[in-house]
Amino acid sequence: MTAPVHQHHHGAPVALTPGKATPTWKLLVTLALAGGLSGWMVVTVYQLTLPAVERYAAARADAAVREVLESPARWDTLYLHNGAIIAKAPAGVNPTELPAAYVGYDRSGTRVGVAVTAAEPGFQELLTLMIGFDPESGTLLGFKVLDQKETPGLGDKIELDSAFRNQFARKTPPLTGVKGRPGGTRSEVQTITGATISSRAVIRIINHAVAKWQPLLQAYERGRTP
Amino acid sequence: MTAIPADAPAASAPAAVPGAPPPATVLADMWRGIGRENPVLVQFLGMCPTMAVTNMLANGIAMGVATTFVLVGSGLFVSLFRKYIPHEVRITSYILIIATFVTLADMLLAATFPAISKALGPFMPLIVANCLLLGRAEAFAAKVAVHRAVADGFGMGMGFTLSLSLLSALREILGRGTLLDHPLFGPRFEPWVFMVMPPGGFFALGVALLGLAAIIQSRRRRAGATR
Repeated sequence: MTAPVHQHHHGAPVALTPGKATPTWKLLVTLALAGGLSGWMVVTVYQLTLPAVERYAAARADAAVREVLESPARWDTLYLHNGAIIAKAPAGVNPTELPAAYVGYDRSGTRVGVAVTAAEPGFQELLTLMIGFDPESGTLLGFKVLDQKETPGLGDKIELDSAFRNQFARKTPPLTGVKGRPGGTRSEVQTITGATISSRAVIRIINHAVAKWQPLLQAYERGRTP
Repeated sequence: MTAIPADAPAASAPAAVPGAPPPATVLADMWRGIGRENPVLVQFLGMCPTMAVTNMLANGIAMGVATTFVLVGSGLFVSLFRKYIPHEVRITSYILIIATFVTLADMLLAATFPAISKALGPFMPLIVANCLLLGRAEAFAAKVAVHRAVADGFGMGMGFTLSLSLLSALREILGRGTLLDHPLFGPRFEPWVFMVMPPGGFFALGVALLGLAAIIQSRRRRAGATR
């Protein structure tokens, strides 16, 4: 305990030694009660807030799929489990914990593309993207940054600079980044000045994600329509 | 000022409250944290969130409000149970109370303002480690009646919120050219990105302290001149 700054205002200064030692059972009961009360409060508020938190997470994923697949009429969710794609999560496995692919369809039922999420280190921390592409050709529809902690004003342009983002549509991975001139061919993308590393991280994540998911999705298609 | 009795059952309560703060009105208890004992600008407490989250005004306000919630809640509980918490386990008990309110604040923010909750990231749970909280619990709330502890927690929280708002407004205006995400200048404004990056926090705090020192000094000089 810190030394008293003020003289105690009534009477003589009080001795600093705490009274007689408190019995052990009393200490244990105090801490047990405090722990119980704390646990009860935390659990109560957790249960009250959980629906709102889950609603928000679902809305965020929905908005990202809608944006990347350009507002599909509907979409199916496929899961990656044990190296293969399945339409339904196996019993006992929480579907929200499996990597997912969202297959979008337009009004007439034609497939418009697949959206997947992928995360790899960016300039400083994990960079999470949702990437839309055609599983047949691998051609990109676009991407959306779901989570990034790149340098404000420089690296965060991968999310804010629409000119950078928009050049990915209709390009086909594997992409290469070029500096200082617009990407000419179907696989070239111009990196952002001052944010080369973040731009290259985006390109790398997209290349890896398409290379990983395209054969899996094609194998799933073949398995479905023999 | 009307003096409110410091602690109603002062005589009957165990007199061993060494270093109990002198009696004061609820208003005085509250004002102390906003002005003379401002946590950030005077006491230099809670520097970690001060540096980390003041890059945008919305983040600064959210961190300030969340900390105020924890200060008021923990002050209330620490003061309420102060006569039942044995001296030997008081720090454990205070930290448990603080951690509980931090967890509640974190969950409530995630459910109401998810975007801000995401922006604050790990700094929300880290309020537990803000020495302002254990400091107020140990030095004030544990020694005074409930209404004083709550007033002190609210005042300290408001002082913290105002300081963070000042710094984050300064950093957002200069570093992004916006305030609460509204653009302030034309498209030809080149933001001073340095200000929203970590070193900008130190710079903004230094400038704020310099300004405060200048105000205090000129006030003193004026007070001396009138005498």
